[in-house]
Amino acid sequence: MPHDHADHLSPSGHPYRPDDDHPLSYWQTLEIAVRELLVEKEITTAADIAEQIDAMDARNPTMGAQVVARYWTEPEFATALLADGAKATREMGFDIGPMKLIALPNRPDLHNIVVCTLCSCYPRNLLGLPPDWYKSRAYRSRTVREPRKVLAEFGVTLPESTEVRVHDSTADMRYIVIPNRPARTEGLDQAALAALVTRDSMIGTGIARTP
Amino acid sequence: MHRVKVRTDMPPGHVRTPSYLRGKVGVTERVLGPFPNPENLAYGHSGTPLPLYRVRFTMAEIWGADAETPNDTLEAEIYAHWLEPADAA
Repeated sequence: MPHDHADHLSPSGHPYRPDDDHPLSYWQTLEIAVRELLVEKEITTAADIAEQIDAMDARNPTMGAQVVARYWTEPEFATALLADGAKATREMGFDIGPMKLIALPNRPDLHNIVVCTLCSCYPRNLLGLPPDWYKSRAYRSRTVREPRKVLAEFGVTLPESTEVRVHDSTADMRYIVIPNRPARTEGLDQAALAALVTRDSMIGTGIARTP
Repeated sequence: MHRVKVRTDMPPGHVRTPSYLRGKVGVTERVLGPFPNPENLAYGHSGTPLPLYRVRFTMAEIWGADAETPNDTLEAEIYAHWLEPADAA
């Protein structure tokens, strides 16, 4: 029956998510109080806050993919990105704010992978919000301990001759991996190349798609 | 590149040097900053500007005989006051 809630399962057989009928936590209460005060004192407006949330939600991995495609096709840009990643990406309109950015190019003999063991540092200006697994204790603790096993679970199996280099994003830097350019992509323009660049390939848990 | 050793201290409070790297020896890959010391920033102080080093370690150095692949590497950002010359250790 469509409205029979007795078994608490959706038509697809999954349990319904329970309503969050619990009291606010200390920090939730504090956030609401500060936000309401800022609005009341006309330091900001509810519309400004909603706009910032929209801007945060609008950032996504296609921005990082454009950076990678330019790195593959424009040697001058590649040099500039390696020299000062924050500046090179800011000039593309992807402002990282006060943080710095380091680009980590893979090579046939080197595979880079990024983790933040202490929290969840992530290049949000290029990739948007991090996936939930990036913030999980399992990913954060296992990636520094057994990166090849973690990579294998993402479908990436590397030969022993390829060095795996883990980057623990512990302080003020943010990292983007530049995946290897796939074979047989010589004739592709930047837009077509960018479409091959996945989010995971820029975290280091994946590789770029082949066309 | 300089050989450096991460201090072995375990102080309380907000510290951005991962404990699994304390006491380990690596080489400096590049120097960044100066950035304000996060151990001061976390408590509302302005933070003494400090150089920040990217230090490269081998998995063998970090995990010893338990390393998954001994020659794989790990790089982390370590503030200057957490490092000492490896030869002095």
